[in-house]
Amino acid sequence: MKAQSIHFKSRAAAALDNAVLQDNLRRFSSGGLAQLRSNAVQAYGPAAFEELRDAAQGIRNRALANLDAWIERFEREAVRRGATVLFAETAEQARDLVLDIARRHGLKKAVKSKSMLSEEAGLNDALDGVGVQPVETDLGEYIIQLAREAPSHIIAPAVHKSRDQVSDLFQQHHGGARKTAITELTREAREALRRHFLSADLGISGGNFLVAETGSGAIVTNEGNGRMVTTLPGVHVCITGIEKVVPTLEDFSTLLRVLTRSATGQPISNYVSFFTGPAAADTEGPRHMYFILVDGGRSAMLGTDLQDMLRCIRCGACQNHCPVYQTVGGHAYGWVYAGPMGSVLTPAFIGLENSPDLPQAATLCAACSVVCPVKIPLPDLLRNLREKEIDRGLRPWYEVLGIRLWSWFAQRPMLYALATKLAMRLLRTMANQRGMLSWLPFGSGWTKARNGGRFMPAPAGKTFREQYAASKRSKGA
Amino acid sequence: MLRVGLFVTCLVDMMRPRIGFAALRLLEQAGCSVTVPAAQTCCGQPGWNAGHRASAQALAKKLIAEFESCDYVVPPSGSCSGMLRVHYPELFAADDPWRERARTLAARSWELTDFLVNVAGVKNLKNLPENPTRLTATYHDSCSGLRELGVKTQPRTLLALRPGVELREMAECETCCGFGGTFSVKYGDISSALAERKCANIAASGAQAVVLGDLGCMLNIEGRLRKRGDLDTKVLHVAEVLAGEDQLP
Repeated sequence: MKAQSIHFKSRAAAALDNAVLQDNLRRFSSGGLAQLRSNAVQAYGPAAFEELRDAAQGIRNRALANLDAWIERFEREAVRRGATVLFAETAEQARDLVLDIARRHGLKKAVKSKSMLSEEAGLNDALDGVGVQPVETDLGEYIIQLAREAPSHIIAPAVHKSRDQVSDLFQQHHGGARKTAITELTREAREALRRHFLSADLGISGGNFLVAETGSGAIVTNEGNGRMVTTLPGVHVCITGIEKVVPTLEDFSTLLRVLTRSATGQPISNYVSFFTGPAAADTEGPRHMYFILVDGGRSAMLGTDLQDMLRCIRCGACQNHCPVYQTVGGHAYGWVYAGPMGSVLTPAFIGLENSPDLPQAATLCAACSVVCPVKIPLPDLLRNLREKEIDRGLRPWYEVLGIRLWSWFAQRPMLYALATKLAMRLLRTMANQRGMLSWLPFGSGWTKARNGGRFMPAPAGKTFREQYAASKRSKGA
Repeated sequence: MLRVGLFVTCLVDMMRPRIGFAALRLLEQAGCSVTVPAAQTCCGQPGWNAGHRASAQALAKKLIAEFESCDYVVPPSGSCSGMLRVHYPELFAADDPWRERARTLAARSWELTDFLVNVAGVKNLKNLPENPTRLTATYHDSCSGLRELGVKTQPRTLLALRPGVELREMAECETCCGFGGTFSVKYGDISSALAERKCANIAASGAQAVVLGDLGCMLNIEGRLRKRGDLDTKVLHVAEVLAGEDQLP
C-alpha cells in the first residue's frame, strides 16, 4: 500500500470538512466499541481484568525476549505437521512469495479473511495484476474492496462508512433493489460471497497468533468467513508478522480473553480457528498450507525503545478511545495502521521521515495506554519518536528555536520576570472588552482553525510573581 | 506543620495569578507553612513533550534545586504535577546523580487537590469565604491528573465541602479537551474540533460553570466557549471555587 502519511495534515483537514464522514465518526465514537469494552471489564471484574492485562503483557514480553527461538520452534513444529514456512524480510517479498505460490499451483481466485500484512504488501492489486481475483470476505473488508478504499480501523475496516453508503455500494455492485435494512444487506453480502467461497482455489488469511508449541496459526473472527477461507480452498496461505508468535496454547488462551474483551467487549469471538498443517489425506480441507512470516521493520524494533510496541495484539482499543482518531478517522493517518498504534508502527515501518506528523498529532492524553490490553506505553513511545525527530532534524527550525528560547528565558529568572511582565501587559491591552484575544503571536493555529478556532483568554495583566512580591513588600513594610 | 513549596506554574503566573493566590490560601488554611520560591519559572514540560530533552533537563534541575528543601511541592495543575512526579526521574540516566534528586522530588510532588485530601487531610473549608450564591458546576477531568496521578475523586470530595456548589457531571468528562500543549497550535484544526466536542458536552450538562484543575484546558475551553458565543458559562479553576474566589469579576 502506498503510504500517504506525509500528507497527514491535509488528509485530516479533508476529514474534518467531510460532513458525512464526521457523522459516521460521531456515531462510532459515541456508542460503540469503547462502551462495549467498558461493560466487559465491569462484567469480568476490573481488578481481575488488571491481572489479566499484566499476564498478557508478561506473555508478550516473554515471547519477544526470545523471539528468534520461538520462531524457530514454531517453524519446526509447523513443518513437522506438513506446513511450509516461508520468511520475508519485507512486505514486498511476502507479496512476491504469494504470487509465486499462486503461479506454481495455477490458482485463479483467492478468498481472503482479514490480513493487515496483506494491506502492507498491497497484495490485492498484485494478485489482480497476475490474473488472480482477490475477494475480501470479512464484511467490512468486502465493503471497502467494493469502494476501492483502504481499511480505516484495525478490526472495523469500514467503520467510516454509513449504512446508506453501503446500500448504494451494494446496489451498484450487486444490482437489484436497493436494500436498507442491515439484515438484508448482510444477507446480500453472504449470498455474493458464498459463490466465491465455493469457487476459490486459494485461501489467504492473516494470523492473530502463531502458537510455537504446536506450529499452529490462530485467527479470531465473528462472521465465520475466516474458517471458510482456511478450509474450503485447496491451498491456504497464512501471512502475518514475525512478532505474532506466542509460546504455548495456554498463552494463547490468556491473550484471547483479553483480546476480544478489549476489541469488541466479547468474552470470546464467535469463531476461534486454528490451522495446523494441511488436511490429512483422507479428510477434507486444504492440501497445501503455507505460513509466510514477515519482518517488514519488526526485528529492527527489537532491543530499542520501541520494542514495547511489538506486544501489540491488534485489538483496536487504542483507536476506539483516541479523541484524535475519533475526530479525523483512520484514513488521515495515510497508511495501514491508524490511531495511536499506527502513530508508532507507521514511523517504525515506513520511516519517521515519511510520517513526521504522526507522533506529533496526539495530545498525549493517555486514553490509549490505560486501555491497552498489553500495557503498551503509547504516549511514552510517541514522545520518544518526537525526540528522534528533533535528533534527526525532522522538525521545523522555528519550532526547535521556540523551545530553546523558552528554555533559555526560563533558566534566567530576572530576565524571564521582566519579559513575562511586559508581554502580559502588552497582551492585556490587545484584549477585547470581554477579555479575549482574537490574535496570538505565533498562534494562528489556535485562533484560526477550520471550525472558527478559539479566542485566547487574555492574561490578567500583572503576573503572580509580581503581585506576590508586592504583597510581601507591603507586609514587610 | 507541613512545609509546602507552592509551584505556581508558568501559566498561572502569567495568565491567572489569582489561582496562585487561591492555592496559597487553601494550603495555609489546611495548616501548611507555605513558601513560594521567588525565582521559579517553568517545570520544563513544553520541552519534554516536544522531544527536546536537554531543555527539559535544564529546567528540571533548576526546579529541583529550588524546591528540594521543601517537604512537599504542590502545583495547582495535574500536568505539571505529572511532569514532576512521573517524568522527572525519566529525564536523567541511571548513573546521573540528578536521577536520585529527581526521584526524591518526585515522591514529594502532589497535585493540589490530591495533596489537600490525601496529605493534609482537609475535612472542611470553614475558614474560607462562603460562596454567596448557588453554583451548579460540571467537572472536567484533565488527562495528566486523571491518568498519570489518579486525580478523580479528590476535587469532587473538596467541592462537596462547599455548601453552595452542586456538581452536575457532563458526558465524556474524562475525554481530552484537545489542548495538548503545542498540539493546540500545531494541529489547531483537530485541537479546536476536540474543544468544540468538550464545549458541547459542557453546554448539555446545563451547569453554570465548568470547573477544572489545569490552566491549559482552562484557556482552551474558555476560548472555545466564548468563540461559540457562550458568554455565560464560567470557567473556573477548582482552587478558585474552593477558596471562594469564584465570585470575583
